[in-house]
Amino acid sequence: MTRRRPFFVTFLAPAVVTAVILAAAILEVLQYSVREFIPGSLDVGGFTLENFVRINRPIYWLVLLDTFYISLLTAVFSLLLSYPVAYALVRAKRDWVRSLLISLSITPLFTGEIVRTLSWMLTLGADGFVNSILRKLSIIDMPIQLMYTRFGVVVALVQFSMPVMIILLATAISHVDRDCEKAAANLGASPTAVFWRITLPLTMPGILSGVVVIFAWTMSAFSTPQLIGGGKVLMISNLAYLQGFSVLNMPFAATLSLIALVAALGSLALMKSATGRLEKRLAIH
Amino acid sequence: MRVFAFWSLVTAILVYMTLPTIVVLMTSVNPTEILAFPPEGISFQWYQKAVTYPDFQTAFWNGIVVTSFASTLALIVGSTFAWLVNRYEFAGRGVLEAVLWSPLIIPHFTLGFGFLLLGGAFRLQQGYVMVVLAHMVLVMPFVTRAVYVSLANVDGDLSRAAANLGASPFHVLTRIELPLVLPGMAGGWLIAAVISFTEFTASLYVTGSRTQTLPVAMYNYIREYADPTVSAISAMLIIATTLLMFIADRAFGLRRVLAIDTH
Repeated sequence: MTRRRPFFVTFLAPAVVTAVILAAAILEVLQYSVREFIPGSLDVGGFTLENFVRINRPIYWLVLLDTFYISLLTAVFSLLLSYPVAYALVRAKRDWVRSLLISLSITPLFTGEIVRTLSWMLTLGADGFVNSILRKLSIIDMPIQLMYTRFGVVVALVQFSMPVMIILLATAISHVDRDCEKAAANLGASPTAVFWRITLPLTMPGILSGVVVIFAWTMSAFSTPQLIGGGKVLMISNLAYLQGFSVLNMPFAATLSLIALVAALGSLALMKSATGRLEKRLAIH
Repeated sequence: MRVFAFWSLVTAILVYMTLPTIVVLMTSVNPTEILAFPPEGISFQWYQKAVTYPDFQTAFWNGIVVTSFASTLALIVGSTFAWLVNRYEFAGRGVLEAVLWSPLIIPHFTLGFGFLLLGGAFRLQQGYVMVVLAHMVLVMPFVTRAVYVSLANVDGDLSRAAANLGASPFHVLTRIELPLVLPGMAGGWLIAAVISFTEFTASLYVTGSRTQTLPVAMYNYIREYADPTVSAISAMLIIATTLLMFIADRAFGLRRVLAIDTH
């Protein structure tokens, strides 16, 4: 004992207890994923790897691929739509414009997924806002199918992910050294060239982390594909819920939940190594 | 011209971001079940139906109970942990930090499922204890971060000066450090409370019909009925969270807590 450490044990204990409870919950999922499913019973059988073998069927592969595809689309479109807003938010000259942009783009984050999903159901439904407006303007006669489509799910997911993407991009843009841009402009670069050759490359780490964070986040989306997909669009979360609560195959539901967790952790680990390399390269140039 | 095009683009994107909120607000005051645009008048009947619907009343109070316990427990555990991380190096610190931050990455349905199974193992499934524990773990990273950011801004010389002048470690903690991080703690608690109150996915797994929280009750309602009662609840939630976040920003500098820097 080199030195007294006041409060060390007192403050460490609650954190350790919480960590143990959390770890226990995740270990329960792990434990169930290697158990045998007994049809018609909530009890599980002995240890088996059968659940992981079962994943290897085309119907499950399709759900995994669809999850991957929807997450990728969401991440890319979220980036394309968030960048201009983040740029405006950081570079706006007037204070009230900045405040307005922050409120409009960040507040949706706090209303919760059910409220936001419901809002999109009302917007995209057959009698919803978009269809009524289009009908009123006589652009269409029959409502367009937006609900229960992959398109509808992505439209909602992109909007959900934008506040987080905007925060990450705004942070990256605010760290760009304005002197670099001024130097380029003084040397004769047009504003467009300054943006494409200076600002955008300098915000690359932020872009990369934004895309991966949203990708990982969307892979675990549940309520949007559940309600807007309505069973027609299945992501891994919906399949896990279906297996757990309709089929009552808890072991397979656990396996799917575990795969989702590994996918989320994996993509974030990939990002960490990629941004590390990118930052090194930016530092050299 | 380019500036005009840029701001038009930004405006269009913001319209896309806010359109669903506007639609839900409009629906909530619509006089009939079928939506009409432009609306054919204003009615508050759905609000009345929403606040008198027994399932929503129960779910609202469940949510208040769960949120109060979960955010307060998360505040206690999160602030003491942030203080510890700020002050001491110790073996296993990295592992402990990683575990306690992990709910930001773990899919909520995996976490909810884990707590459901854990509850089953202790015969506590669908009870308040498991719901509170799941929520507490989910919101803790936000509280910890808020307190950690405030602690990092506290001048360590103040604590050392007080200690040199004879204050006990307990006095330094309660008289010097606590008052300085109190705004961070309050801001963190508020964010935690809002996230807990509106959390859906994990709640769907860990709650039962007796313990369901408001978002779960709303989900069950949407699956059975198509009238704007849920829109009225949503509108109230949107207004309440917007107001809370506005107050939080004014009082505790929410932007600093969320670490959004603008110049």
